[in-house]
This record gives sequence, structure tokens and C-alpha cells, in this order.
Amino acid sequence: MNTLSKNQNLRRYLWPCAGLLVLLVINAIIAPEFFSIEFKDGRFYGSLIDVLNRAAPVALLAIGMSLVIATAGVDLSVGSIMAIAGAVSAYYITKGVDNLALIIGAGLIAGLIAGIVNGFLVGYMSIQPIVATLILMVAGRGIAQLINEGQIVTFDHSGFAFLGTGSFLGLPFPVVLVILTFVIVQLLTRRTALGLYIEAVGANPSASHYMGLNAKAIKMSVYCVAALCAALAGMIAAADIRGSDANNAGLWLELDAILAVVIGGASLMGGRFSIFLAIIGALIIQTLTVTIILSGIPPKFNLLIKASAIILVLLLQSPLFQKQLAQLKFRKPFTNNTSAPNKEVNNA
Amino acid sequence: MLNRKFIPLAVTCCLFFLLFGVGSIQFEGFGTPRVFFNLLSDNAFLIIAAVGMTFVILSGGIDLSVGAVIALTGVVCSILISKYQWHPLIVFPVVLIGGTAFGAIMGAIIHYYKMQPFIVTLAGMFFARGLASVISEESIPIEHEFYNDVSAFGFEIFGDAWIGSSTIICLMVLVVAIIAAHYTRFGGRVYAIGGDANSAALMGIPLAATTIRIYAISSFLATLAGIVYSFYTFSGYSLAAVGVELDAIAAVVIGGTLLTGGYGYMFGTLMGVLIMGVVQTYISFDGTLSSWWTKIVIGGLLFCFIALQQVLVRVKPR
Repeated sequence: MNTLSKNQNLRRYLWPCAGLLVLLVINAIIAPEFFSIEFKDGRFYGSLIDVLNRAAPVALLAIGMSLVIATAGVDLSVGSIMAIAGAVSAYYITKGVDNLALIIGAGLIAGLIAGIVNGFLVGYMSIQPIVATLILMVAGRGIAQLINEGQIVTFDHSGFAFLGTGSFLGLPFPVVLVILTFVIVQLLTRRTALGLYIEAVGANPSASHYMGLNAKAIKMSVYCVAALCAALAGMIAAADIRGSDANNAGLWLELDAILAVVIGGASLMGGRFSIFLAIIGALIIQTLTVTIILSGIPPKFNLLIKASAIILVLLLQSPLFQKQLAQLKFRKPFTNNTSAPNKEVNNA
Repeated sequence: MLNRKFIPLAVTCCLFFLLFGVGSIQFEGFGTPRVFFNLLSDNAFLIIAAVGMTFVILSGGIDLSVGAVIALTGVVCSILISKYQWHPLIVFPVVLIGGTAFGAIMGAIIHYYKMQPFIVTLAGMFFARGLASVISEESIPIEHEFYNDVSAFGFEIFGDAWIGSSTIICLMVLVVAIIAAHYTRFGGRVYAIGGDANSAALMGIPLAATTIRIYAISSFLATLAGIVYSFYTFSGYSLAAVGVELDAIAAVVIGGTLLTGGYGYMFGTLMGVLIMGVVQTYISFDGTLSSWWTKIVIGGLLFCFIALQQVLVRVKPR
């Protein structure tokens, strides 16, 4: 029993990590310079560092999203929250606020308010998560545009720009922020009972209710964490371009974040989660994009390949598909008849 | 006393007339048949897509691929007509069959592999947009006499109100959908699955066939919406109709359909689209309000209607 569960646990980590490794090997084959990293002006440069840096916003979103998905929810509004947080911090900078803590604090508080709204709708009003967060997804971008008064607000604040373009210990600062967030959330969920509570609420809501868990408060807290992560990602995105673009900041990133969590092996039905695997998922998405560019396939194929990847990952997770695969592998001539109906299913 | 089941629909209708009335009092030329029928013709493609979405949501699912299918339809139509010189009347059946097959495949994956509709149609959305951008990244103009003829077709009623081809198509779709949803066996099955899929299966309802048909219908109507949309733009563009799926979902919810499925009316969806149209028209008549208020108002309306649904579901009749 013990060995079995250990085995399964290992397998869970095996697939996403193997996928990332395969992509990296492919990259190394088609472009040998992919792995070269040089140290210049106090920071590392190279394709690998670039992948880490560009994956940072999605990785941040994925950290929050994996907690939300663990409670059998989903947060569609993270892209809009990114836009709001970027707009709020840009607003304070253009109003002449120079204190960095105040600017970042304002962005985070804006995110927290959005998270409280989501958490209230899902936890306390029992609205379906897709729908509850859809409200803020639609209205959020409008609110961000309202704050920006419909303009793309640019600013010049070297302290704030450090969030997006600075470096710390040789690593780009967004990567450092992802690592910090990962460590904090991991400690919060794995060194306290919170992680177990989250998994319990997602795996079996009624059982966890009878156990005396306060599902409402737990849901509220995961949506707040997701929104805070999104706010941080939004400020990184704004700092990166030194401006706030309410229309395009974080557009479609909620889908990438969900995808990252799914690639990381989490079930959308809730239950078990792994923040580490979600970050691996975000890295896989970014590495795949680089692979497509390096291999000379026109970038317009990007979406098509991504779609095929999602379908493949989802199918691999489906028990029925696993059974069909196993049947294909071990099919003997005399079992041909019995597997015929299943084959039809496969074609449909 | 009003029947409980009609409360959301009644609220939607009252809200529409209230908004339209306020606009009519405030602005000259707002409360005319012309503005009303423009609401229909401007939003015809959205109404068609939202009708498909209503079937999906009634069954307890969701279809995020609608906007992408509209864009893909436009691109395929324009490339077949402009580059390969096909006649539009040959192109339309081809794309409609293709769109229906696309939806049927999504429905089959959802049913047989027991996946969430949300993630499957999300992949479908990526796939359709990806395919559209692989076919062409630039906007392709459509130049064909047939397009000009259809676009110019229509007649005037009440003096200055114009009923165009897109209005006629969308009203026809609406009538057929109302009959299909409320007066056929298929419609009953959709409601039954949305109410409780397990009970529906125990009642002997063919889950596989019905689920596949629901998503096939949604994609078929999205394709039709794409064709109607191409009559507005006279072009096909892979980034067209971004976010239409969210507008369609919002319209269905504002129209009083319960998001958990099994409860709602086709006619409500029409009112939902019209309310969103009135908000837009009001903002453009006002002139001082900026366009982003549309998003905020629609978000607020969504919240109110979802809250209303919750209240109605919780307060069970004795």
C-alpha cells in the first residue's frame, strides 16, 4: 500500500518533468546555443534565463490558480486583476507618489479587494466559480480603463521599474519574485494544515463540511491568494513596459495559467494540488513557445500546437483513454473483436 | 399572481422597457422603431450565437469556442470566395457542415472521456483561432456580387425602420430554437440533462447522442453567426469577434437562464442581447459617457441577475 502510493506520487512528478526535459532536449538539438549562459554586468544572460523571465507572470498566476483549482474552482478574472493592479500603481506614480512601498501596496490592495469580491461570490453566495469570476473578468477591464481614463498611462519610476527589469543575485527580479511567492505559499500550505483543508474542500465538499471545516473561509482565502498573485504579476507586467495598458495587460493569461495547472497534472475537479508542478507547467508553456520559434515553424502555428498539447494532456489524464491505450499496446489477434467498439469511440 | 418560473424573464423584460423608456425620455430620436430594429440588426450575429449558447447552458455545460468559430468561419468563407472563386451558396453549406462536425467532436470528447465542457471548449477555442491564423494572419476582403445583394436586401416598416437580411435570419433562428427547446423531444432531453444528468440517464435519455447534438448545434449556430458577421465586415479576420463567447454567456444569464442548467427560456436570451444593445446605444447617444462604462454596466447587470437567481433557487416555494 505504502509503496503503491509512493509510486503514484513519483509518477505524478514524472510526467510533467519528463515533458519539460524532452522539450529542453529538443531545443538543445535544434539550437545548441540554447543552454549557453553568460554572466555580464552582474546578471546572467541566455535563452534559459529568458524562458524563466518570460514565464514569470504565468508562473505567478499558476501558483494562485493551482490553489483555486484544488477547491474545484477556477478564476477567470486573473487577467483583468493584472490590468487593475497595473492601472492602480500607474495612477499613483503619475499622481506623484514616490514611496515604492505605497505604490506596490496600493496595487496589492486593489488585487485583494478583487479577490474578496470573487471569494464572497463563490464562497458565501455559492455561485459557480466560472460565472462568479466571469463578472470581474468582464467588468475588471472596464474598471482598469476607468482608472486609466481610457489611455495607455506611461510613467518613469526607476524603483517600480526594477520589479520588471531589475536583477537580484544575477537573476531577473520577476524570477526572484516567483521563487519568493512559491516559498511563501508552499510554507503556508504545507507547513500548516491549510493545504490539507484546501484539498479536503475540493475533494469532497460535504465530507469536509461534516468534519467541521469552514469551506466558505477557505474558498475566500484561495481566491484572495490568487488575486494577490495576479496583482503582483500585473505590476511586473506594467513595470516591464513602464506603462499600464488596460486593454492588453494580462489578456488571455488566465487561460495560460489554467493550462499550466492542468499540464502540471492537477484535476479540474479539485483535490490534490502541487504548486511546484504548476510552475513546471508554466515553464513547459514558455519552453514550447521557444521551441516553436527555434524550430523555424512560423509563429502563427503557436496556438494550433498549444491546442493540440492541451487535448493530448487531457486525454492522457482520462482513465478511459489510458485503458484504450493499454488495450492497443497489449492487443492480441484474438481480442480484436472485443476492442472494436472502443476503437469507434476513439475515432469519434 | 405571477408564476415563479417567469420571474427572471419578467424582470429582464421590464428592465429592457425601463432602459428603453429612460433613453426615449432623455434623448430625442431614441424611442423610435428605427433604433429598436437597429438593435436587432446590429446584434443579429450575437443573438444567433447566444441561442446556441442557451442550449449548451440549459444542459449544464458551457461553450467557450463560439467567438473563435465565428472568426474561423469568416476566414474560411473569405478565402474560398476570394481566392478559390467558389460561389457563396456552395461555401455556406460546406462551412456549416464543417462547423457542425467541429462541435460534434467537442461534444463526443466531453461525453466519452468525461471531461469538463469548460476545458474542452477552451481547447476548441485555441484550435479554431489557431487554424484561422494558420490559414491567414491578415484580414481577407470578400468581394462578390452575392454578398452585396444579400447585404442590400431588406425592407422598411413603420416608415423608417429597416429590416435587413441579418435580422430576418436571426428571427428565423430564434423561432426554430424556441420550437426546438420548448416543443420537441430533444428540447425536453436538454432540460432533463441540465436538471440532473444522472436522473436523465436513469430515465433512459440517450446522454451521448443528446450531448453531441447540443454542442453540434452550438457550433452550427456559431458558424451561422460567423456567416452573418461576414456580411457586416465583408472580410474574414482571424482576430475578429474576440470575446463574443463572454457576451453570449452574459446575454444568456441576463436573459434569466440558470447557469447550473435545466431552467430558462430561449426568448429570455433575445431580451438579454437586446438589454446589452440598449446599454451600448444609450452610452453612444449620451456621448459624455466613455465606452468602458459598457463593460462595467454589463458586469453589474450580470451580478444582479446571478444574485436574483440565487435568491430564487434558495427561497423554495412551499
